[in-house]
Amino acid sequence: MSNKAGYILAVFMLLCFWQVGAMLVGSNIVATPLMTLEKLFHESQSQRFWKHVEASSFRIICALAISFVTAIPLGLYLGSSRRADRIAKPLIYLTYPVPKIVFLPLALLIFGIGDLSKIMLLSLILFFQLLITARDSARAVSRSAKYSLKSLGANRLDLFIHVIWPSTLPAVFTALRIATGTVVAVLFFVESIGARYGIGFYILDAWGRADVPQIYAGIVVLAIMGVVLYETFDILERVYCRWNQL
Amino acid sequence: MNILSMPNSFNELVRCVGISKSYLTDQGLVRALDSVDMVLESARTMALVGPSGCGKSTLLLIMAGLEKPDKGEMLFRSRTLEKPPREVALTLQDYGLFPWKTVRANVELGLKIRKETIDWKKIMELLDELDISDKLEVHPQQLSGGQKQRVALARALVLNPELLLLDEPFAALDTLNRERLQELAAKLWRQRRFAMALVTHNIQEAVRLGQRIMVMGGAPGTILKTVDNPMACAADYFGTPEFYDKCSEVRSQLELIA
Repeated sequence: MSNKAGYILAVFMLLCFWQVGAMLVGSNIVATPLMTLEKLFHESQSQRFWKHVEASSFRIICALAISFVTAIPLGLYLGSSRRADRIAKPLIYLTYPVPKIVFLPLALLIFGIGDLSKIMLLSLILFFQLLITARDSARAVSRSAKYSLKSLGANRLDLFIHVIWPSTLPAVFTALRIATGTVVAVLFFVESIGARYGIGFYILDAWGRADVPQIYAGIVVLAIMGVVLYETFDILERVYCRWNQL
Repeated sequence: MNILSMPNSFNELVRCVGISKSYLTDQGLVRALDSVDMVLESARTMALVGPSGCGKSTLLLIMAGLEKPDKGEMLFRSRTLEKPPREVALTLQDYGLFPWKTVRANVELGLKIRKETIDWKKIMELLDELDISDKLEVHPQQLSGGQKQRVALARALVLNPELLLLDEPFAALDTLNRERLQELAAKLWRQRRFAMALVTHNIQEAVRLGQRIMVMGGAPGTILKTVDNPMACAADYFGTPEFYDKCSEVRSQLELIA
C-alpha cells in the first residue's frame, strides 16, 4: 500500500471512530467530524487563526533547531569520548528523569511571558531526548568500523565525518520523530500560560467559551503539524540515509 | 636461535620486542599478550594460528599501530610505531566496510583520507582482477560475503601497502569462496610482493598463505612455536603431499598446546 493510500485509510478509520464516538457521547462533548471541518474551514478564513498556527509553528521549529544544534553534537561527542562521558553521565542521569515541564513557571520568570520562555522550555525537553539518543548511537559504533578507518590514516575529524555522523544519522532521525511527538504534546502546556497566540491557547480559549468544534479544530491542527514534521523527517531520512533502506 | 638475537636484516619490516598487552574489561584486567617477540621481513608472509583468545588479533592490531603495547616495543622499519603507518593496510573479519558508502567510495576512502592521487585506471585494473569492477555503484550490504571481502581487499590494496594485515579475513565465507579468496590473496602476493600477516583459525589457510606460521597459545598469549613454510603462496603448492604434511605439522603443534 502506498503512503498516500495508507493516509486515506487511516483518516477514514479515524473519522469513522470519531463519528461513532460523537454519536454515543453527544456532539456537545465530542464535536462530529463534519462540525469540526466546518469550523476549520470557517476559521481558516480568519487572519487570527493563521496567527495561532504561525506562532505554534515558529515555537516548534525554533525548539527543534536549538535542541538539534546543541544536543546532537554534544551527544555524539560524549558517545565517542569515554572520558567526557564518564564526567557527563552522572549529570545527565540525575537531570534527565526530572520532568522539565515543572520548570515552566521558572522559565516564565527568567525569560518572560513571550516566545523565548516557551521556546527555551520546549528546547530543554527535546535536548535530553536528542542528547541521549545521539550519545547511545555514537557509543554503538563498532570498534571494527573505527579500526578500519583509523588504519586508513584517519584523524578524529575523519572518524566523525566518515563513520560516527553517517552511522548515527538514522538514530538521529528516529530521535527527531520521537521528539516531534513530545514537542507537540508539550506545546499545548506551554501555550496555556502567558500566551495570546498559539494552538494551545486557541484550544484553551475555545474551552473557556465552550466552543466544542473549535477545541476539535485545534486538535486537528496539532495532528496536522505532527504529520508535516514526521513526513519532513521521513523525506530527509530517505534522502540522507538511502543506504539504510537497501 | 632466539628471534631477538637475530641481527636486523636489510629487509626487516616489523619487529615485535617483548610485547605485552592487557585490557580492562567488565570482568577486570585481562592479559592478552605476554612477551611476544617476532620479526617479519619485507615481501614475506606469516600466519598467526592458535586457539580463540590467545591474543592473535591483539597482536595484529598492535602491528597496525591501532593498539599500543603496555610493555615492549613494536618497530616498523626499525622505528617505534606511534600511529598507524601509511605503509600498512588492514582488513578485518567483518570486512570493515561502511554501509553508507558505495563500493566506489569505500575503495577510494583511504586515498582520500591520505590525500593521495586517485588513479581510477589503476584502481579499475585491480577491481577487474578482484572481479568486482561492475559493483562500483552498489552499497556493501547488496553484496555477498565473498564480494564484500574482495572490496575490503581492494580498499587495502589501492593504498599499495608494504604490509597487508588480515584478521580472519575469510572466516565468514563458505568453503568454495574461502578457497577462491585464499588463491586470490596468494596470487596478489605473487604479483605485488607486499609483506602479509594473517590471523586465522584455519590450518589449511595458514599453510597456504603463511611462509612462517606462528603457533600462539597460553593465557596470556605468546608465540609458542614457529613453523617454516617457504612454499606458501606458491601457485602449485595447495593440495600437494608437502602441503598436507605441513598441515599435519601445524595441527600437531596446536594439539600439543591444547
